[in-house]
Amino acid sequence: MTTRRDFLRTTTAAGALALVAPALARAETLAPRAAPIEPPAMDPATKELLVEALNAAKMGGAEFADARIGRYRNNFVITREQQIVNVVDTDTLGVGVRVLVNGTWGFGASRDLSKTGVVAATKEALAIAKANALPAADRVRLAAATPTPDGRYVTPHTIDPFTVPIEQKADLLIRANAEAMKVPGVKFVNSNMFFVKEEKNYANTEGTFTIQTVIRSWLPFAATAVKPDFTDFQTRTNVIQPMARGYEYLVAAKPVEHARQWGEEAAEKLKAKAVDVGRYDLVLHPSHLWLTIHESIAHPTELDRAMGYEANYAGTSFLAPPREKLGTFRYGPAMMNIQGDRSQEGGCSTIGWDDDGVKPDEFLIIKNGIVNDYQTTREQAPMLDWWYTSQKRPMRSHGCSHGDNWSSVQFQRMPNVSLLPGDKEQGWDELIAATDRGIGIVGDGSFSIDQQRYNAQFGGQLFYEIKGGKIVGQLKDVAYQMRTPDFWNAMDMIGGRQSYEMGASFFDGKGQPGQVNAVSHGCVPSRFRNINVINTGRKA
Amino acid sequence: MSAPRSLFGKGSVLSSGDMMSRSEAQAFLERIVKLSKADTIGAQLTGGYTGNIRFAANRITTSGGVSNSQLIVQSGYGAKHAVVTTSDFSMEGVERAVRQSEAIAKLAPDDPENMPLLPPQQYHDVDSWFDSTANLAPAERAAAARTAIDAAKAAGDLAAAGFIVAGTNYSAIASSTGLYAYFPSTNANYQLTVRTRDGTGSGWAGADHPDWKQLDFKAVSDRAIQKARASRNPVAIEPGRYTVILEPQAVGDLVQLLAFSLDARSADEGRSAFSKQGGGSKIGEKIVDSKVTLFSDPADPQLLGQPWTGEGLPLGREVWIENGELKQLNYSRFWARKKNARPNGGLGSVKMVGGDATTEQMIASTPRGILVTRLWYLRQVDPRTELYTGLTRDGTFLIENGKVTKSVKNLRFNESPLFMLNNLEMLGRSERVAGTESGGNVVFPTLKVRDFNFTSLSDAV
Repeated sequence: MTTRRDFLRTTTAAGALALVAPALARAETLAPRAAPIEPPAMDPATKELLVEALNAAKMGGAEFADARIGRYRNNFVITREQQIVNVVDTDTLGVGVRVLVNGTWGFGASRDLSKTGVVAATKEALAIAKANALPAADRVRLAAATPTPDGRYVTPHTIDPFTVPIEQKADLLIRANAEAMKVPGVKFVNSNMFFVKEEKNYANTEGTFTIQTVIRSWLPFAATAVKPDFTDFQTRTNVIQPMARGYEYLVAAKPVEHARQWGEEAAEKLKAKAVDVGRYDLVLHPSHLWLTIHESIAHPTELDRAMGYEANYAGTSFLAPPREKLGTFRYGPAMMNIQGDRSQEGGCSTIGWDDDGVKPDEFLIIKNGIVNDYQTTREQAPMLDWWYTSQKRPMRSHGCSHGDNWSSVQFQRMPNVSLLPGDKEQGWDELIAATDRGIGIVGDGSFSIDQQRYNAQFGGQLFYEIKGGKIVGQLKDVAYQMRTPDFWNAMDMIGGRQSYEMGASFFDGKGQPGQVNAVSHGCVPSRFRNINVINTGRKA
Repeated sequence: MSAPRSLFGKGSVLSSGDMMSRSEAQAFLERIVKLSKADTIGAQLTGGYTGNIRFAANRITTSGGVSNSQLIVQSGYGAKHAVVTTSDFSMEGVERAVRQSEAIAKLAPDDPENMPLLPPQQYHDVDSWFDSTANLAPAERAAAARTAIDAAKAAGDLAAAGFIVAGTNYSAIASSTGLYAYFPSTNANYQLTVRTRDGTGSGWAGADHPDWKQLDFKAVSDRAIQKARASRNPVAIEPGRYTVILEPQAVGDLVQLLAFSLDARSADEGRSAFSKQGGGSKIGEKIVDSKVTLFSDPADPQLLGQPWTGEGLPLGREVWIENGELKQLNYSRFWARKKNARPNGGLGSVKMVGGDATTEQMIASTPRGILVTRLWYLRQVDPRTELYTGLTRDGTFLIENGKVTKSVKNLRFNESPLFMLNNLEMLGRSERVAGTESGGNVVFPTLKVRDFNFTSLSDAV
């Protein structure tokens, strides 16, 4: 068992972070921080089109409207073993116009960026809002927001991935693949680079104009070991977390230097002992715990879910109605503080202004273990007016409005939702040493949770058997089942600031039509007592 | 097929803006092909108009109309290739895309698995275009949404949440080898969840068809309301192995997932549930109950899918599992060449042949079992056995002595569709289902199976 420390070095590189000063210093050495980039001003022609749309909306009877002209680009380099599978560049540009007419929303979107096209999209939105006219009691009310006449934001980065030559990207992947393939038993490697660049112009009828460039980078990598007699195969994947950073982040993650270890971990899984079902203390590494936070805290604290708006698809929330939960519901122990923000450097949800034109704030969703707030947009914040009044806090949107493309209507999406570090400076090693009989889980695996976010099941990548405060071997076929409030109330140890890392997904799905959102979750290694573990291995 | 009459008909301001007829698409794509300086070029167009309306808590929430198209260009130099897509169809925009795909392709390493572009092909005729859908106006979508909203409001104790989406699509491909294909289609989908105001009951129903007129909004509404009422105040039962009657939606939710793994290459490589111990794949082996037949066929009247792949490979009737025997796996063009097999285009649309049992007969023949409306959040747990986990949702009922007796709490399962299809007892009529997590054209029957593995209870309603 020599892989654990190496692994931690890897994930530290991969999970570079920001929230706290010591961690930030470490991240900077691994992924050099960009010299401040001067964000460009909005192109006058783009601004003219946005104004055209807003004027057409007002002429058509809208009391509020906003328009987004965006260019959304992806770059993929896809490899397996020693070959390129494909290189793909996608690019889409268009306008989305949202209008509010007598308290009813309408949305129209088109890739036609002529004046005629932009006005046609606006007219579509107006016609839809009028066809759907709501009764007075159901009309939308927006929380006030301070107008931003000239907002500019660029994701901090050193190297724009869209300027890096394709052969350089391919070379890095192919060399990493070769290292993993050197491990006996490793037969297959799939690796990709996946870059996102969004150039977004936003304007609304209250005088807000923002221009933002968002960059995100990811390097999915999977090594598969196969037993010669075809009786078993095991994969090690999810090794480098996606982040809102430039190409420099993937270089700093050192995939070539770490690939052999990832290959070894795949091969070792073939030899791992099948887990005995039962109850164990779980020590969860940030590379794993981020996904559990995502599913069992971040989703149930979306206000649209709690209010029933997502009932037909993503589901509702056990944390409802808000009147019965805010300020009273104990989610977990007093050491548990969960923050929502769109400001952590490198966070996939980090941005300057949201798609309502709101500057997001940092807010505590869970404070000392008690539910303190929900994720909100301008449409939703008024639903919690009573709570903010009772707390003597201003009623405002937390800036969680997001549309995943110019062609998608904006609605409430997840900010970065993170478990804040504990007061005591301790980490993975200290938590293992304090555990008598348990399983340490590294990396995220399969995940499934019900539509109210009560009952969940999580797998992982690497499972370490803990006995008497020491790791004694590797296990396989491990999954834990949990009921959300019971699980979080079973948390009894959390790491300190030095152990904080972020995990992320590019593909958080929600809404109809379905949209994806990129989001990060920072957290520290944490221990959960007496959790139900099942064995997922079966014979065909 | 003749051009649809209403291709340029007006449902709303944007609804005709992004449609191209067969001849327009061909002329446009031929221009792209002529721009190429590479050894080869393949170009594909997709686009159309989508109108949608959402509602929740008995009120309309968001609603929109989107007109969009994209051009996908793949340039090749020998074994090097790269793909560029754009939504900018100006002359400058498309030329930029072509040049960029050429520039990237030149820099890309050789792809040793590169396949030559296909020569011109013959395709099946599939008519999946319906004027009723293409000419839909926003007011008609709103009226359809109000069918459920009004019923729930009138009832007083119910909250309706749903989604209606309908639109037009076209796709076309052309290449430097002279291949051309064009396919216009329409789509309409309705999904509805009705919850009881006391928070203890939830019911779901849906409908899906290319023809808007085939969607019976009243029937969907009635069904979701009936399920919501019947599912109130669920009781806890012990998790374990149960006989289950899965409605077509639930069967589709789980069995459609096989489409992603019925792949020849991963089986031959030893990393699939269809790998044979010792080497090779399980083709030719009986893998599930002999009542199971699973096939793809774009021309099937219940499927009506696009009759060609993105590479221009014709899609016809492909039987994957017949009478329980694994007949073939999906062979890509490369793997087919390597293994001397026929490339078959894979599982786009998928249909399982049904039987003649009614759901009532299945219930009546069950001493103790569970009736399942749909499944949710399915994720693969173990690729070696196709083991998936997930939960029941929106209508789960206990059957005792041949009768549905009560609503039960939702249950998490850990089960493989392959194990499940080995435990098959009865099959009902096959229906087009509306709400699988993967979407697409999917037709499945009601099934009664024994020993379905539930591993825990959920408090979620």
